[in-house]
Amino acid sequence: MKAAEFDYARPATIEEACRLLDGAAGDGKIIAGGQTLVPLLVMRLARPTLVIDINRIAALQGIAANDDGVTIQAATRQADVLADATIHERLPLLTKGLRLVGHPQTRNRGTIGGSLANADPSAEICLVARTLDAELTARSSGGTRKLMMSEFCAGAMTTSLTAEECLTAIRFPVWTEKRVGTAFTEMSIRQSDFALVAAACQLVLDDGGVCRKLALGIGGVEASPVRATAAEARLTGTRLEAGDVDAAMDELQQTLQPLADVHASADYRRRVAGALVARVIAEARNDAMRVHA
Amino acid sequence: MSQHSITLTVNGRVYNGTVPARLTLVDFLREHLRLTGTHTGCEHGVCGACSILFDGRPMRSCLIFAVQADGATITTVEGLAPDPAGLSVLQDSFWETHALQCGFCTPGMLIAAHALLMQNREPTEEAIRDAIGGNLCRCTGYKQIVDAIKLAASRLKGANAPASEMTGADHD
Repeated sequence: MKAAEFDYARPATIEEACRLLDGAAGDGKIIAGGQTLVPLLVMRLARPTLVIDINRIAALQGIAANDDGVTIQAATRQADVLADATIHERLPLLTKGLRLVGHPQTRNRGTIGGSLANADPSAEICLVARTLDAELTARSSGGTRKLMMSEFCAGAMTTSLTAEECLTAIRFPVWTEKRVGTAFTEMSIRQSDFALVAAACQLVLDDGGVCRKLALGIGGVEASPVRATAAEARLTGTRLEAGDVDAAMDELQQTLQPLADVHASADYRRRVAGALVARVIAEARNDAMRVHA
Repeated sequence: MSQHSITLTVNGRVYNGTVPARLTLVDFLREHLRLTGTHTGCEHGVCGACSILFDGRPMRSCLIFAVQADGATITTVEGLAPDPAGLSVLQDSFWETHALQCGFCTPGMLIAAHALLMQNREPTEEAIRDAIGGNLCRCTGYKQIVDAIKLAASRLKGANAPASEMTGADHD
């Protein structure tokens, strides 16, 4: 199919993009990489009257790191973030998640902010942002608003951005402890297809091998990525041995409320989620011991 | 509906055009420029048949509007061969290893593989499979395509080796 008719504007600044959004009175849509939006347009699931192209706004490109965080401007290409040495060193969980985002062709065009703003339930970037408690910055003509990933996702393909707001940047906290381990994995029908279930883990071990800090995220299971907060609390302070993890996963599976679709039943997603979270905990634990031993 | 004037370079030649905002780049290449080597498959970013090089990087031309390509440098499958009568080393390898049957996916496969070989002279099988992971083939299957890319990689490596290595056997 072909997209319905729309007008197109290519602003040079964020301020101009916000003014264009205001002028479209709720019918404007920002396009960055277009890897999610263009399919929605051609299938006519979205019919904006104005498409606002932010690809050439220089301020929306780039990666900047400081002591406790890394800020990625929203229109930075996924391929550029995946290849970035600072990200690999400071945010290895994001690098691991990005390897599973789409394909080389889509990562070359798709952006970090575009994936977040479209909020696909199975999106790896959303899952990493939720797992690490990323903070998002949204701009409108009225000013700047900061919001945490937990309040940003409002359901499948839905965010709490208003029609007048443009996502401009994402800040990921960096964990500075000595032994940090990360792992990301997912289950899909074909390699690099949409994740039926994805799991992410970042943890800190002390010198005695005891887990001191733990973040567990699950994507593709509910309408938005979720944190396994009860399992995080239960396993922090343990050595993450199999018995502890198994008990926490039993509890986790009872609390999940999985989506069901033609690809996977709710029960399948629940069981796979338990298995994958257990797997990322083991991998992240090994990662923390190997890298920093 | 807004109309837009665009100028872009395709396979080394500069083109001008006026396009409606909703026209995709693949439709512009095929219908305005008559460069029909780039194929239109699913038209929503799943099959990879429309892959092109956009400023040197492989991308899907069905997921870019032509107006967004204003100022871009594009290579399509027609731009891979060194001359109109010849084939590139990669294209030749596809032919030799029977890496195509109906040929529908072939332009996208060639673009994806060409982009891989530009940045990785000795790709592992895993890297090859990852590079074509976004390209669907429904007839020949992937094995011959992977074989073709491996063959092309080995030939390109040989072609770039110093002459002393190439002719080493003569001195024995």
